[in-house]
Amino acid sequence: MTDAELPTPNVPDSLTEPAGPAVGQDEWVARHAERRLLRGGRLGAVEERLRAAPWWAWLTVFVCLAALLPVGFSSGYVRRVAFDTVLYMLLALGLNVVVGWGGLLDLGYIAFYGLGAYCYALLSSNQFDVHLPTVATLPIVVVVGAVAGWLIGLPSWRLSGDYLAIVTLFFFQIFIVVVTNGDHLFGHNVTGGSNGIGGVDANVRPFNLFGHDLPVAHSGSFNVAYLYVVLAFFAVVFVLLRFVNESRIGRAWRSLREDPLAAELMGMPVNWLKLLAFSFGAAVAALSGTIFAALNAGVFPTTFAFPLLITVYTMVILGGSGSQAGVIVGAIVVNVLLELLRDAGNARYVFYALIVLALFGVYRLSVRLAVVLGGTIALGFVVHGIASAIAKSNVDGPANGENWLIDGLRHWVIVPRDLGPWKQITYVALIGVILLLTLVRGWWRVALLVPTLYLAAFVWENVMLTAPEATRFIILGAILVSVMIARPSGILGERRVEIV
Amino acid sequence: MDDFIQYTINALTLGSVYALIALGYSLVYGILKLLNFAHGDVFMVGAYIGFGMLNLLGGATSPVVPVWLLLTIMVATAMAGCAVIGVAIERFAYRPLRDAPRIAPLISALGVSFFLTYSMQLLFGAEQRDYNAFSLDNGVLFLKGFDIGNVRVPLLRIVIISSAFVLMIALWLLVNRTRTGKAMRATSFDREAAAMMGIDIDRVIRFAFVLGSALAGAAGVMFALRAPASVTIGFVAGLKGFTAAVIGGIGSIPGAMVGGLMLGFAESFTQGYVSTRWSDLAVFTILILFMLFRPQGLFGRADIRKV
Repeated sequence: MTDAELPTPNVPDSLTEPAGPAVGQDEWVARHAERRLLRGGRLGAVEERLRAAPWWAWLTVFVCLAALLPVGFSSGYVRRVAFDTVLYMLLALGLNVVVGWGGLLDLGYIAFYGLGAYCYALLSSNQFDVHLPTVATLPIVVVVGAVAGWLIGLPSWRLSGDYLAIVTLFFFQIFIVVVTNGDHLFGHNVTGGSNGIGGVDANVRPFNLFGHDLPVAHSGSFNVAYLYVVLAFFAVVFVLLRFVNESRIGRAWRSLREDPLAAELMGMPVNWLKLLAFSFGAAVAALSGTIFAALNAGVFPTTFAFPLLITVYTMVILGGSGSQAGVIVGAIVVNVLLELLRDAGNARYVFYALIVLALFGVYRLSVRLAVVLGGTIALGFVVHGIASAIAKSNVDGPANGENWLIDGLRHWVIVPRDLGPWKQITYVALIGVILLLTLVRGWWRVALLVPTLYLAAFVWENVMLTAPEATRFIILGAILVSVMIARPSGILGERRVEIV
Repeated sequence: MDDFIQYTINALTLGSVYALIALGYSLVYGILKLLNFAHGDVFMVGAYIGFGMLNLLGGATSPVVPVWLLLTIMVATAMAGCAVIGVAIERFAYRPLRDAPRIAPLISALGVSFFLTYSMQLLFGAEQRDYNAFSLDNGVLFLKGFDIGNVRVPLLRIVIISSAFVLMIALWLLVNRTRTGKAMRATSFDREAAAMMGIDIDRVIRFAFVLGSALAGAAGVMFALRAPASVTIGFVAGLKGFTAAVIGGIGSIPGAMVGGLMLGFAESFTQGYVSTRWSDLAVFTILILFMLFRPQGLFGRADIRKV
């Protein structure tokens, strides 16, 4: 086929000419920039500018904004949440190396976080009366973490995929067993058992940097210095990992992730690359562990459990594994969401706002949107009217929290005084209709959506708001499944072209 | 000697529960090559369905039906309920990812597992629940039984072990002696070729989930009969069930039985002779060694990877 016979893509003539396929570049890639320009409009231009900004500019802006946060917010709670978020970002960056770049499913990741925390606690507390200075502890812990990662990564020489995942999960379980029973390790109390290391006797020291002690709390509230410390670590780790990823090692990791066999045949030292990925991830996790242990002045085995692993995984998967910016966005979204869900009042805002936004996103401004919203609201008033006519006790249950939203909602959603078996029935029914929604299309879906939304509001008000802890984890599980099905690349992840 | 007999009985009970869980992993892994992380949680849901049935029928202290019928109803409803859950999980969480890279369904499975655990916690609370099986008919399940030497083997143990073996033999017959079983074996051998021979792959996979989840449901009831259960039992039991499946050779039914029993013995004897603290450590170490040095298990054949 000559050039003339090639089907012309549907783009203006001025754009088709200059960028043809070049050597080592296929046509789709070559025309990528053009297609982006075609998005046009002012938004397109802004997007183009933002995309063109180099990564270090983004990083600088982000770190500056985060560092300025304490200026705007004086509450210890907000600062503490900011600290937690950055710590999670650090953890997510480390996991991204193993899962996102190396393509190895490491389910023992939190064990390294715990290892770092326990190492720090042992090296600067009264547990064994060792009080190393922080500048000495940090490198030791990072090296211990890296070596542990190297060792735990060794099974990856023989195993891959799910078998590797489960073996790392077993190492994680072994870590938990050893730590929880570590008060009887060969007759010595090493880890303090289920009480952990902490409290007055153990006295885990806070950080001491450049000759300054960083006490955990300043006059009763969170010491903001820790926010700066964790931000500094975050920036350093981000840049280091960025450089590693852009080096030979990073390219090799990506080839390993895409096709280990092909990478091996091309002469890549596949086994060493796997170990490198494991130990980079583990070192970052161990580093995060030290900060955690120093800030909390102690370590407890229950912290390093399966739910934390799932939380970090959700951050990486939701943000987009393989993309540093993605996992950072994922960490922020997930942690802020989890914090908002703690309080019933906030959780209510988030819930209804997300539902309305999602409906807008799916239906835009259309007749269907009006039908869904109007139908749901009408249905609510009808159901509420019937329920209150039958018995007053159907609608005068306790409200969770007080604000203008619940005042309005009380005339719409029914809150029975005594839920009885309806708690279980409505929850299971809600799961059922949501699953059914994914199977139907068109107007059927609109028709089913109306009762689903009302049922969701009922379950949210009556069941889920009363148990925030379980609700948070249910949401994490649901995010993992739905992201994997709907958009495996996450929010910012790179879309991989599948070559079969 | 008495201790030894006691531990052996414990091992057999525990091992038959693990074997039932292992069968579910084995069936699904054999056909889909998917590690179904949510399987342990299906097992836990089975235990809770048992609670529901027990309470519906009047509770352990004053059941409205005879004990044997009560137990049968509990196991049957748990099996049916878990089968429904298993099919739903397959349809909505795994089928859309059947052709995705292998890491995708694994992560989805982690999500499902987490979702199930905490949904149950939301609905039924985090506290432990006890069937209170001892109250059934004035302790008939615990006090009656036969003696070996000085050791009393309670009726409950006999019921658990024998019904587990009946279920396993039924499964073995189903897979090896029926047309559906033949279709399952064909699918597990080569999915594409089986599809070309006119086997409805979706049906076979659904059926594997039905069988596996139903067995997990039965195991859940049996587990909760002998010890209190909470929403978190699914995680560790799932890990151990998978271990058993791997030890026996994943995809092999007699393998899963042997693997489950071996694991039961390992756990029971380390608990008895060494210490309860470190019994999990022993189990996990055995698994890691098995995974590393004999990933095809005792009865499995080594996979030849075709590229």
